Amino acid sequence: MTIFLNKDSKVIVQGITGGEGSKHTARMLAAGTQVVGGVNARKAGTTVLHTDAAGNAVELPVFASVAEAIAATGADVSIAFVPPAFTKDAVVEAIDAAIPLLVIITEGVPVQDSAEFWAYAKEKGDATRIIGPNCPGIISPGEALVGITPANITGKGPIGLVSKSGTLTYQMMYELRDLGFSTAIGIGGDPIIGTTHIDALAAFEADPETKAIVMIGEIGGDAEERAADFIKANVTKPVVGYVAGFTAPEGKTMGHAGAIVSGSAGTAQAKKEALEAAGVKVGKTPSETAQLLREVYAAL
Amino acid sequence: MDLYEYQARDLFEQYGVPVLPGIVADTAEEVRAAAEKLGGVVVVKAQVKTGGRGKAGGVKVAKNPDEAFEAAQAILGLDIKGHVVKRVMVAGGARIAQEFYFSVLLDRANRSYLSLTSVEGGMEIEQLAVEKPEALARIEVDPIAGIDAAKAREIAVAANFPAELVDKVADVFVKLYEVYKGEDATLVEVNPLILDEDGNVIALDGKVTLDENAEFRHAGHALLEDKDAADPLEAAAKALDLNYVKLDGEVGIIGNGAGLVMSTLDVVAYAGENHGGVKPANFLDIGGGASAEVMANGLGIILGDPQVKSVFVNVFGGITACDQVAKGIVGALAELGSTANKPLVVRLDGNNVVEGRRILEEAAHPLVTLAENMDQGADKAAELANAA
Repeated sequence: MTIFLNKDSKVIVQGITGGEGSKHTARMLAAGTQVVGGVNARKAGTTVLHTDAAGNAVELPVFASVAEAIAATGADVSIAFVPPAFTKDAVVEAIDAAIPLLVIITEGVPVQDSAEFWAYAKEKGDATRIIGPNCPGIISPGEALVGITPANITGKGPIGLVSKSGTLTYQMMYELRDLGFSTAIGIGGDPIIGTTHIDALAAFEADPETKAIVMIGEIGGDAEERAADFIKANVTKPVVGYVAGFTAPEGKTMGHAGAIVSGSAGTAQAKKEALEAAGVKVGKTPSETAQLLREVYAAL
Repeated sequence: MDLYEYQARDLFEQYGVPVLPGIVADTAEEVRAAAEKLGGVVVVKAQVKTGGRGKAGGVKVAKNPDEAFEAAQAILGLDIKGHVVKRVMVAGGARIAQEFYFSVLLDRANRSYLSLTSVEGGMEIEQLAVEKPEALARIEVDPIAGIDAAKAREIAVAANFPAELVDKVADVFVKLYEVYKGEDATLVEVNPLILDEDGNVIALDGKVTLDENAEFRHAGHALLEDKDAADPLEAAAKALDLNYVKLDGEVGIIGNGAGLVMSTLDVVAYAGENHGGVKPANFLDIGGGASAEVMANGLGIILGDPQVKSVFVNVFGGITACDQVAKGIVGALAELGSTANKPLVVRLDGNNVVEGRRILEEAAHPLVTLAENMDQGADKAAELANAA
């Protein structure tokens, strides 16, 4: 099994006609994902041409809204490739349509917009699981890709992965390509994100085919510390951790808006200690982390 | 982006938050003139983006323009926690009856906003939170509803403001929230918010942090940027739209994706422990879909750093294609010619890696070494930096 996304997921793309939307629609189809259509109010009624994993031409309908797309296709997942200025509206539209899973790839979304759409999602009864923004999305190798993660790094396997960072997700999948993954989720590096480490840990814990979990964090905030508390209380499967940013200087933003160290809280060292106190083995480097994971997996 | 106090003061004024008059000055002469203009007692305040100014001697009360001149001479050039004072604000004096604290900020953990309020202002809020947590009212602010008059009164009551002051401070809380919301801030803090002897509530100091992601809807925010303070390499990188942070080591770093680059810094620092203690010289993220041009720009910046002794390019091609990265490296080295004189270690994996490696092998540039993986690349780059 996988978490949040599988081969039966039907996916629509908000912003399917844009450059990024178009490029990644092609990649998602090539990875075997059932992309069933897209949304762009100004191009509603048109279609876009793509090729599926088997090499067959597919003509995808473009709808005026997420609600229309769901009604016509039965879609249960949406992925948003819309510019930052329009992301909040796109997310609100998806929440209004009560799509079960929404992945927001867009980088550079104003954090107040994220705070507002998150509050809106809660107000609407939390019917939509949000992943992102500013994330690489989610992949259940061999089943479906909803995001921008390269689909060919590795295949299906027993490891679950949750990470704030996109390229570190790729790096870790590559390091552990010998084992493979049930699902790998990039939750995003922004200060406010939808799905958290804890949400993913809970889902991996409940998934019978995930045998061990890799959790990747980075400096900033206290999400890793809270995840450590959660692991201690709720996770029985082995978890191996990695934290990036030991050498990051205080007060400087390192690319991710969330990756800023202020004062003593939020440092890589504090996160590592919190995870270790919860029984999580933490690697100093991605390769050492992969090695630790292999060891705990072999001992199962 | 953190604002200076005077910038926060100006924003507050625009939103109708009561503030004292303030004039910015860069020399002691200008301070004297400002004090003359304001008249009466003034306060000369160092403009630095760090706390603890008062204790460091960065805030002085002056009874007349001559005293203000002397105060400015003492404050300008002062080093406060590594921040050299280049500018002061001359503010009107206030007769303080009481000091309070108010802030509204992003609450990451709850994915919401939070207001912190106390009738015991003046002291550092971190200290108050530890020593008298019961004196600090923490009230969640719904990002959609915000702080309206009713919410502001709820906050004032929770913070134990006396009944006769509740409406007065609540009005200021509403306006401060308007600053937070209207300017896309992640923090608006007033410490102290005061009650003066005439019964006026005044924001005596202000800290504002703005969200850089929201710059597209605030044309004026770019003007608030502190261009002088930025490192020249950081400024050059910014002009090229590169995500670069200058550090103080010897190994130049280029990678794609913030997480992988942070990780690369760490791995290089560990490798440096075996090679004379060399450290990373910078953070440079060329981003998700890096082109040959971006790679070349990045390399240009790094090689322009005289502290750099070797360079480690660490790319995992997701969206970024390794052949584009390789072309960027080859192109940049050709363009830089003899000014490129530092060894490069390149690790490529992922999208189009075979073609990327082939391009670099074919070019066979004497400065370039291909690494098998991240650890080996970091080790080699550290070794080369130490040998240089």
